[in-house]
Amino acid sequence: MNHLIIGAGPAGVVAAEALRKLRPSDPITLLGDEPESPYSRMALPYFLIKQIKEEGTHLRKQPDHFSKQNIKVVRDSVASIDRAAKQAKLKSGGSASYDKLLLATGSHPIAPPIPGMDLPGIFNCWTLADSRSIASRAKPGAKVLLMGAGFIGCIILEALAQSGADLTVVEMADRMVPRMMNDTAGNLIKAWCEKQGVTVHTSTRVTAIRKGTAHALAAELSTGKVVDADMIVSATGVRSNIDFLNGSGIQTDQGILVNRQMQTNDPDIFAAGDVAQGRDFSTGEYSVQAIQPTAAEHGQLAARNMAGLQGAIHRGSVNMNVLDTLGLISSSFGLWMGKPGGDSAELLNRDRFKYMNLQFEDDILVGATSLGMTQHIGVVRGLIQTKTRLGKWKQKLIEDPTRLMEAYLMSTQAVGFNAGILK
Amino acid sequence: MHKALQLEPEKCTGCLQCEMACSYENESVFNPSKSRIKVFTFHDEGRFAPYTCSQCSEAWCLHACPVEAIVINQKTGAKEVIEDICVGCKVCTIACPFGTVNYNSDSGKVIKCDLCGGEPACAEACPTGAITYVDADHTGLARMKAHASQSIPK
Repeated sequence: MNHLIIGAGPAGVVAAEALRKLRPSDPITLLGDEPESPYSRMALPYFLIKQIKEEGTHLRKQPDHFSKQNIKVVRDSVASIDRAAKQAKLKSGGSASYDKLLLATGSHPIAPPIPGMDLPGIFNCWTLADSRSIASRAKPGAKVLLMGAGFIGCIILEALAQSGADLTVVEMADRMVPRMMNDTAGNLIKAWCEKQGVTVHTSTRVTAIRKGTAHALAAELSTGKVVDADMIVSATGVRSNIDFLNGSGIQTDQGILVNRQMQTNDPDIFAAGDVAQGRDFSTGEYSVQAIQPTAAEHGQLAARNMAGLQGAIHRGSVNMNVLDTLGLISSSFGLWMGKPGGDSAELLNRDRFKYMNLQFEDDILVGATSLGMTQHIGVVRGLIQTKTRLGKWKQKLIEDPTRLMEAYLMSTQAVGFNAGILK
Repeated sequence: MHKALQLEPEKCTGCLQCEMACSYENESVFNPSKSRIKVFTFHDEGRFAPYTCSQCSEAWCLHACPVEAIVINQKTGAKEVIEDICVGCKVCTIACPFGTVNYNSDSGKVIKCDLCGGEPACAEACPTGAITYVDADHTGLARMKAHASQSIPK
């Protein structure tokens, strides 16, 4: 069985390795279109602040990692899929044939539809190449405008601020990280950034960018204000890379539609990672989560199904994120916005930037938001995914939401002298 | 066969010597907040529960790491963080469903139990035998049985 994996991000790499374990002698080809070893976008902010070198972003550190596993890595990109011939047509002009195909083509940054986006000095922050451009221009005193305070914008915010740049952030929603943080948490992050000397405009859009006089660029805001900038970083969202599937008959929506085996409407074609519209654990619906843990899960599951294993059914991925914004660490999980008719628990210390919000359905934890709390935070995922009935611990959590570990231990294990273990 | 930490909360008195030993072994300070093992307290019921990574076979942290900074020690079976490679992105801290990988803001990296390379300091320090280092097959079974029997409505 000949396996072709298109896309060398986390989903593609995890799938290739998992397939190799399951099918020791099958040919496996991993196709990537960037001129680097497979790397992690999650690590780019740390490259930007020069904490790590480029190699530090690589998904796998051994130079012969892929060749040792007999995984053929090819640098090329896909132009189209010929399902009848079972071939991927490549942009270089060649083609690659497959028996089983995994589409892990990821996503790309989208530019807002405003005049001036093609001017020099405007960068995305998506690829290693983008990071190099930004790193070379983010100098002390440089005026930098960051468009978009979503997850991507916020993870590079620290790097831009640390470089000594004079940083302004423009976000069209009424708070920072609106797709991951509720009103309280999103505005606390804004207050935190302002305290560190970053100018933040929320409920504001950039309406046009033009050449500046004192500085290279000038951005016009919806408030009427004009902000000078030496560099503009655009982080206004990403979209799945699905254009090459036009006319292929593979069904797409926001991303590629897959079933619980990560299989598309063509039984020999699978999808994983940012490009796949996979099952969400909390809603049971299918959505593009575009997060690292989900990409790895998709990759594993897709590989098992490509190898013909039975029972590799996707239960759904818990949507979750962790973010470090100038040292303020936030995280959100599952239905952080809550469920109609559910109860919630909240603890807020505005002065110390500490916040915890828990969302319940009946006595089961279904979502959470936290700020300034990092210890044992993963247990939130555990409680959500195991649908643990909290019983009397739900009330205790409403009184003190920080006692999550205690709630977990008492709800899942026998603890103490009365546990019936010592006779 | 690999050995594992057996945690028996019914024997724990909450003395926190395990936390002191762990932080001293790993961070060279006596500071429970730097410990990889943590004693959770239930004062209203007079109970204590030591808890740390069980070195689970699913290894959620390892699979979630984007830069291959968490590896399996072949000798002990422990999932270990390679500090030089960890970038501090914290994805493992939300991926571990047991809540046993933590971010250390001093180093900007994550920390978790690594079984001290096969000689866990917490087990050595525990004066009551609540933490022991035993053959992996033996851990947890009595506890699972007890929890199962508790869960059956009487």
